[in-house]
Amino acid sequence: MSTDQVRVVVTGLGATTPLGGDVASTWSALLAGRSGVRTLTEDWVDSVPVKFAAVAAVDPTEVLPRPEARRLDRAEQLALVAAREAWAHAGIEKVDPERLGVVVGSGIGGITTILSAYDTFKEKGWQRLSPYTVPMLMPNGPAGWIGIEIGARAGVHATVSACATGAESIGYAIEMIRSGRADVVVAGGTEAAIHPLNIGSFAAMRAMSTRNDDPQRASRPWDRGRDGFVLGEGAGIVVLESEEHARARGATIYAVAAGVGYSADAHHIAQPEPTGAGVMLAMRRALDNAGLNGEDVKHVNAHATSTPAGDVVETVAIKEVIGGHPLVTATKSMTGHLLGGAGGIESVFTVLALHERTAPGTINVDDLDDGIEVDLVLGAPRELPGGRIAAINNSFGFGGHDVAVAFTTV
Amino acid sequence: MAMTEQEILAGIGKIINEITGIPAAEVTPEKSFVDDLDIDSLSMVEIAVAAQDEFGVEIPDDQLKNLKTVKDVIAFIQG
Repeated sequence: MSTDQVRVVVTGLGATTPLGGDVASTWSALLAGRSGVRTLTEDWVDSVPVKFAAVAAVDPTEVLPRPEARRLDRAEQLALVAAREAWAHAGIEKVDPERLGVVVGSGIGGITTILSAYDTFKEKGWQRLSPYTVPMLMPNGPAGWIGIEIGARAGVHATVSACATGAESIGYAIEMIRSGRADVVVAGGTEAAIHPLNIGSFAAMRAMSTRNDDPQRASRPWDRGRDGFVLGEGAGIVVLESEEHARARGATIYAVAAGVGYSADAHHIAQPEPTGAGVMLAMRRALDNAGLNGEDVKHVNAHATSTPAGDVVETVAIKEVIGGHPLVTATKSMTGHLLGGAGGIESVFTVLALHERTAPGTINVDDLDDGIEVDLVLGAPRELPGGRIAAINNSFGFGGHDVAVAFTTV
Repeated sequence: MAMTEQEILAGIGKIINEITGIPAAEVTPEKSFVDDLDIDSLSMVEIAVAAQDEFGVEIPDDQLKNLKTVKDVIAFIQG
């Protein structure tokens, strides 16, 4: 495990998810195997075929002061809550603003703002639109607000790659530090898209589970009876830092952000490529980029969304590139699918898995599908081995984006 | 029936508190929106829209930029 590049380390974690309003409550719920999915009670639920979702456990408007919340889209609210936790966790008292960056994206942006603003426009006219409508709907809004809050002037970016967004953001942040553009970067993903138009649109693709009679059992990656993903919302943010910067201030280091691998399927706008070639390429590149071998990797937080098409081929790719030995888990079985937020929270989970040497489990797998030859963590969490070990977080998105982020213990 | 200056002030205080978080008690007639209350131009637009709903008086953009203090807004609403 050696590389001559600048080492990037993780010094802060933040999350607000369907399992909890912060990292600690989310992680303990995850280890307890709890589902964050619930039946929706909104009036509009009769208009869509899916009547459940993984709603944020703590509503961000309960945490943020009202004057602030009212000028933020919900995706921005969630991102700010998670970013504040991560920033406080990192405990950085002083950093050169010109060496501080942000990379935070979302898959869809301020979609609920767009839709409600259009209703206001049609019913009451343009004069009644909030002057914050544009900054609320723009997909770089979360990154912009976080950058203002922490005073980041090295560059504020928002990557957009559907459900790979969070992981891509973290990869981009690693590269910002390695290329010398920044010493500290706040990175991750956010999403707030639980709205009938989105549910209707994903349902039109036949991508969502319709297990309305048993919502907490609906997200079941690798189970033969899986029938689609479960929509979730929330944000996951990490603070990345050059090792030199972190050591100089005596920071607690939770993991090394060892490398990233990107690829694209160039196959179909929404369906996964059936041989897993793109996924394999991303993981190979992550290993190369991190200076790792397959045997170093002891854990994979899989993308595994509970859709019929993608779950099994990802395990085939893991076996091919890494081997059959890593403990592979699908935390979306509990959190649902946070779309652009997924890579953010799952990177937080991957870092914690290494730091605590515990791979979270996968719930709801009653009848394992055929063709899976990797060591899945089904049911309870499992212990990871001692020594210097690595773990990978996979995230893939509509558009054919494949991203694998590699972390190692310190 | 026309509102009293006190009623209008209370209404403006409530709106400014809702939009900016500034306590309504700090919104006194002589305060300048920019210099004393640190309210930016986007927030002034929000306040003007809310004032229209509250008092039924439209504040055109070319008038809004002349309303520097809370007292100016009270006077505008009183017509």
